Amino acid sequence: MISELLQEDPLVIALVERFGDAIEAGSLEHEQTILYISAASIVEVCTVLRDEHGFNRASSVTALDWYPQEPRFEVVYLLHNVKDALRLRLKVRVSGENPAVDSVTGVWAGANWYEREVFDLFGVTFNGHPDLRRIMMPEDWEGHPLRKDFPIHGHKYDYGETNQ
Amino acid sequence: MSETLTPTVTLEPVPNSDAGTTRKMTLNMGPQHPSTHGVLRVVLELDGETVVKAQPEIGFLHTGIEKQCETKTYQQVIPLTDRVDYLANLSNNLCYCLAIEKLLGIEVPPRAVWTRVMLTELTRINSHLVWLGTHALDMGAMSMFFYATREREELLKIFEMFSGQRLMTSYFRIGGLALDHPRGGLEAVKKFLEMFPPKIDEYENLLDNNPIWKNRTIGVGMVPVDKMLAIGITGPMIRAAGIPWDARKDEPYSGYQNFEFDVPTRTENDVYARYRVRMEEMRQSVRIMAQALEGMPEGAYQADAPKVVLPQREKMKTQMEALIYHFKIVTEGVRVPPGEVYQVIESPRGELGYYVVSDGTSKPFRVHMRTPSFGNIQGLGVMCEGGMIADSIASMGSMDFVLGDTDR
Repeated sequence: MISELLQEDPLVIALVERFGDAIEAGSLEHEQTILYISAASIVEVCTVLRDEHGFNRASSVTALDWYPQEPRFEVVYLLHNVKDALRLRLKVRVSGENPAVDSVTGVWAGANWYEREVFDLFGVTFNGHPDLRRIMMPEDWEGHPLRKDFPIHGHKYDYGETNQ
Repeated sequence: MSETLTPTVTLEPVPNSDAGTTRKMTLNMGPQHPSTHGVLRVVLELDGETVVKAQPEIGFLHTGIEKQCETKTYQQVIPLTDRVDYLANLSNNLCYCLAIEKLLGIEVPPRAVWTRVMLTELTRINSHLVWLGTHALDMGAMSMFFYATREREELLKIFEMFSGQRLMTSYFRIGGLALDHPRGGLEAVKKFLEMFPPKIDEYENLLDNNPIWKNRTIGVGMVPVDKMLAIGITGPMIRAAGIPWDARKDEPYSGYQNFEFDVPTRTENDVYARYRVRMEEMRQSVRIMAQALEGMPEGAYQADAPKVVLPQREKMKTQMEALIYHFKIVTEGVRVPPGEVYQVIESPRGELGYYVVSDGTSKPFRVHMRTPSFGNIQGLGVMCEGGMIADSIASMGSMDFVLGDTDR
């Protein structure tokens, strides 16, 4: 469902015409455009955005954990068109079981570390990423700290609230 | 049996060096190397003195600030934002406050807006001074550090006057400022503005015509311009490559559209150009501060939003409502309507973004900090590869990263 507020946005119209159902939903919050993209076509959409709409950088890539809802994760792409000072937010819904999404490092090289960060802290795998390792936590760390079911004090001081 | 015990005598001389061979050496620079300014580890692959590959490794300073934010109320997050980047404390305060104000739909009074602009520009000068001092120190210009810290001391005194703290200021609040200006605060800023511009000339006198400084910076640390944006490099580095992108101009926030200033750019794209851009930025910051000081409006320094802003102490003693609001804000926190926002500002290091998601409770559902150092360090590999080891020190210095900002 594309929000009525976006019906006249030329960028949204162009994308819907081109990708149809791959654009799952869209909304406008605080004058910022958010589009939900189906996981299968994220790389394709990003490539078109870069080549035809001037989104020459990914400001950041991050994720949200809606535990215990399903699909659990949302991978968020904060895109930026420097020339026209335009910003766009893409979201991909990812299931909690074996969460994985295609990597956009081929589109913007800078997405590399951001995807590693999401992999490290949320446990979402990026298919086709050239160097998918932990970036913040030690290599032998178990678990993904930014998940909502990871206690703030870690598992070192586990008082039993997570195992029941 | 006896054969194996007999020592074999080799007549061939064993080479004790790799001279003349093509063997590559891996050098581990950091995490305690002084010129990495913190705890950055760079794995350098060397061919003689030439850097073949440079792979930065981060995460040594990861403190889980984003996770901690989820357990604090909206106001309690502000002191955490200082600790992200200790040299751009007020920039981080500002970006977070602007994001929450957007979610709440609060209008901040002009006095607070002007003060915010004035102090964030002072933060920029602070950050650039530390950069200048340490960068020159890395290159062997020791005295520069003393000159830079001398002026920084004056500037930290101003921070202390306004907020009571020299580094971890936490002076901005959701809806305005923590306190009104201190007595003599604006005079101190005025004095600083009179004192500082000649000092910038003094720094330039020390460095501009210094042959060692020029030899070590000109033509060093280039990154292909077309790659820069995609890699994630922002801030003075991108402006030294000729791209005039500054969030203060392109996506004005916090009243920057009311101020007159230039965005300095260079096209050389080397370490020297970055130095020139930052020096010019300090002059522009002085210009903005002078305008803010001159036009400093009178009036309230906090928004008229009793459910968000803590009431005045005096009102709490005389009005029942103020006491109730105070109790509710302190015990429950501020309830922020569900929604999400991505706020971007121009920090001294580049694009600083706060992505805040609210689920309607008094604690943020998610606070993601898009910090400039994290994006910039990604370019370190490209910048150092093909150069000499000594040049990699110059390149790293020109990036001006703060590792707390990178690892969060």
